[in-house]
Order: sequence, then C-alpha cells, then structure tokens
Amino acid sequence: MTVRIQTESFDAGAELNAFTDTAAGAGAVVSFTGVVRDVDGSLVAMEIEHYPGMTEKAIATIVSEAQTRWDLAGALVIHRHGRLTAGDQIMMVATASRHRVDAFQAAEFLMDYLKSRAPFWKKEMTQSGNGWVEARDEDEAALDRW
Amino acid sequence: MIDVLYFAWVRERIGVPREQVATNAATVAELIEELKAREERYALAFSDLRALRVAVDQELTDFDASLVGVREVAFFPPMTGG
Repeated sequence: MTVRIQTESFDAGAELNAFTDTAAGAGAVVSFTGVVRDVDGSLVAMEIEHYPGMTEKAIATIVSEAQTRWDLAGALVIHRHGRLTAGDQIMMVATASRHRVDAFQAAEFLMDYLKSRAPFWKKEMTQSGNGWVEARDEDEAALDRW
Repeated sequence: MIDVLYFAWVRERIGVPREQVATNAATVAELIEELKAREERYALAFSDLRALRVAVDQELTDFDASLVGVREVAFFPPMTGG
C-alpha cells in the first residue's frame, strides 16, 4: 500500500503504470482520478487544507480496512493539498486484485471513505467570493452501504 | 496543557490554527464550554456543535470523549476530501 499526501502535481498515467507494474499478476487494476471542476466558470482557485499527521493515519486505517474486506494485491492513494485550479488533478486511487469485483468495490470504498473520513477541507475562491465546500448528506449516507 | 487545533472555518473564526490550553476539563464537551466562556470568537465557532467534528489525539471521536492523558484535540467541520 502506498499513500502520498503532497502539494505537487502528479502524472496519473505514469502513476497508474508504475502501480500496475508493482501489482504484476493481479489481473485487475481499477483507478479513479479526481479533478477540480469549475461548474459555472467562476472558479479562480481551490485551496485544500488538511491535518498533517491525522491525514496519513486516517488514510492508512481506511486502506487497511479495504485490505481486510477484499482480496487486494495493492492499493495506491495520492491526495494533494494547497492551491489548485480548475482541471488540476486533486487525487487518485488505484486498487489491484485477482478479481475485478474486488478491485472495483475496494476503489469505491476508498473513495467513499476518503471523502468524509480523511481530514481534508476544500475552499473555493470564485469571482463572487470565497467559501468552504460543505459536506453533503449523500456523502455521509454513502458510507452506510459498506 | 493540551494542544488545541482548528481547521477550515473553525480556524478562521477563532483566528489561530493551534494553541496550548491549560485546562482541567475531563471531556471534550467540558473543554468546549471553557473555550466558549473565554471570548466571543469561541462562542461563535462553537455555537452549533452539529456543524463540528472533533478528533482526540488524531482519532475522530465524540464530544463526550475523555481528555485524560490526551495531548491533542482538533475541531473542524465535516471533512470534504476526495
């Protein structure tokens, strides 16, 4: 399992290829990349704050839980913090398994938990003002299915 | 002494990212009452606990969590990662 918290950009394609190489023999690799969106064209920047120390621990706990639930040959989580702009990659998750269903489900589980259990907070700077992105009830409800 | 950390709008309302607090509070809830009594900015930040989450020694927990032997308490809004 690899977890990286960083301000720098990353090359999702290169990361995925390297991850696939380390999971040789797995047979199934699933990945998700989150990108900063600009819904109405007014986004100037997005600032992501996190809780150094707790972030790493919380993600390690989430990945460990995924490893107990599914047959995983590997898992990768990269999450950025700092100032990003529209189109920038925020984060990526990749899972590898001998079974396609395990890889898909584990990736979804990781995404659902990263959204509401990893200590990150997003602030949007727009042309009409700045505001913290509010957690959505659907995100919390998404945890119930696991 | 306990290190108290604030994130996102809680940090903005209180005005500092972290501070050391001398307290005899036995629980997180008692610590919140002490902070609220200090100054208006704390009362404002802690006015609606449903909008807040707490971590004790970097583990998410509840407001009735014990502070015995605890080094670090953090307050923040619901997380928005991913």
